[in-house]
Amino acid sequence: MAVRVIIPTPLRVYAGKKDSADVPAQTVGEALGGLTTQYAELRKHLFTDDGKLRSFVNVYLNDEDIRYMAKEATPVKDGDVVSIVPSIAGGNSGK
Amino acid sequence: MATKTQTLGVNAPATSLSNEEILRYSRHLIMPEVGMEGQLKLKNAKVLLIGTGGLGAPLGLYLAAAGVGKLGLVDFDVVDFTNLQRQVTFGTSDVGKHKSEAARARLSNLNPDIEVLSFETQLTSANALELFKDFDIIVDGTDNFPTRYLVNDACILLGKPNVYGSIFRFEGQATVFGMPDGPCYRCLYPEPPPPGLVPSCAEGGVLGVLPGIVGSIQAMETIKLILGAGDSLAGRLLLFDALGMKFRELKLRKNPDCPMCGKNPTIHQLIDYYEFCGVRGEEAPAPDLQVPEMTPRELKMHLDRGDDLYILDVREPHEYQICNIKGHLLPLGELPRRVHELDSSREIVAHCRSGKRSAEAVDFLRKAGFRKIHNLKGGILAWSDEVDPSVPKY
Repeated sequence: MAVRVIIPTPLRVYAGKKDSADVPAQTVGEALGGLTTQYAELRKHLFTDDGKLRSFVNVYLNDEDIRYMAKEATPVKDGDVVSIVPSIAGGNSGK
Repeated sequence: MATKTQTLGVNAPATSLSNEEILRYSRHLIMPEVGMEGQLKLKNAKVLLIGTGGLGAPLGLYLAAAGVGKLGLVDFDVVDFTNLQRQVTFGTSDVGKHKSEAARARLSNLNPDIEVLSFETQLTSANALELFKDFDIIVDGTDNFPTRYLVNDACILLGKPNVYGSIFRFEGQATVFGMPDGPCYRCLYPEPPPPGLVPSCAEGGVLGVLPGIVGSIQAMETIKLILGAGDSLAGRLLLFDALGMKFRELKLRKNPDCPMCGKNPTIHQLIDYYEFCGVRGEEAPAPDLQVPEMTPRELKMHLDRGDDLYILDVREPHEYQICNIKGHLLPLGELPRRVHELDSSREIVAHCRSGKRSAEAVDFLRKAGFRKIHNLKGGILAWSDEVDPSVPKY
């Protein structure tokens, strides 16, 4: 079973400049784990040292926030899309 | 979930338009969705724009052109040449002027029938509530996390909608926070990212058209709120990928445990947002790393003397193409896996654009055992200022 993980612009630099990756997984947590196995540099941006998803990283399964589902244990099915939605702040001077 | 927009504001003081206004707004007036009633709502609306930069440019231009009766512009910054690539309110002759005042002049010229107020000040916890209270809708076009949390919290405390937009390189986000029963910024992002885990705009850059698109979406949402028309973005996060030219939409839920707008809020007043964001949003300088430095003049002296120096340029290849001082290019991000390419027995001077990334590189290399290493103070910008003005600044 494979899901597509969409990698946001600020994190693409740690993921071989890819905008998405197809990862075999049964849960959202496995999908993110698979992604960070593929791209080790991504790991510290998504997870804390003890392996917890960072609180400022939002993860969506299709259009739903996993915080309101079973979090990382949320099951996925073939063809699902997992999105990582980071906070971005740019807009004014952008210096 | 789409929320029906609600009409805002109280009974309109203005009850008619002049003949000139009727002519100016005729393409609105002949639309049943706006009409005379809608145009009067626009005329009586009071909108405060936080930031007059990339997002603020289309926001100000379209809201002024549409006839929003009172526009406030909050910005403490000054127009510089690097702004002109995307901040289309400003012209070359505005460089050096205060943004809020230059924007006020431009918008007043665009539409003399509206009131445009400029607030040449930095939005702070001390002035936000006072500034916001005279306006119906707040539009967040800022560029840093502390101000975004401040705008959110002030809007929630005052019960005002917050039309949100943000951008990064070729990606944008937009939504409406602070509607009754709708989520707030903290529902989406309870905590800011720690500094260092998000690349700054200086590293990131931004495609000039992108703020134009995202700011226009904010302008449209603002006008819909004023008219009470259509389905607002409240409860939905719009994601825009300019390279793929894709719009996606995610559901935003009000977090019942939100410390700001949840059932039992724990935040009842504005706080110190720089502290909350670990001092440093993108805009504020990162804490200075204590690393050995060399000034551009000292470097020049060493080079003129023919000393054996290895210049390490830790910028990106596309920056090297803009200008370089013949350093060896090794981007900061690749340093950990390419560190073996460097000879720790040689004197090394690391540089980047401004000295920030190279300070990180020096810090990293010192931890890796390098001892004869210095950071070029002020980077290639300072080199251009102090040694060789023929090197362009960017």
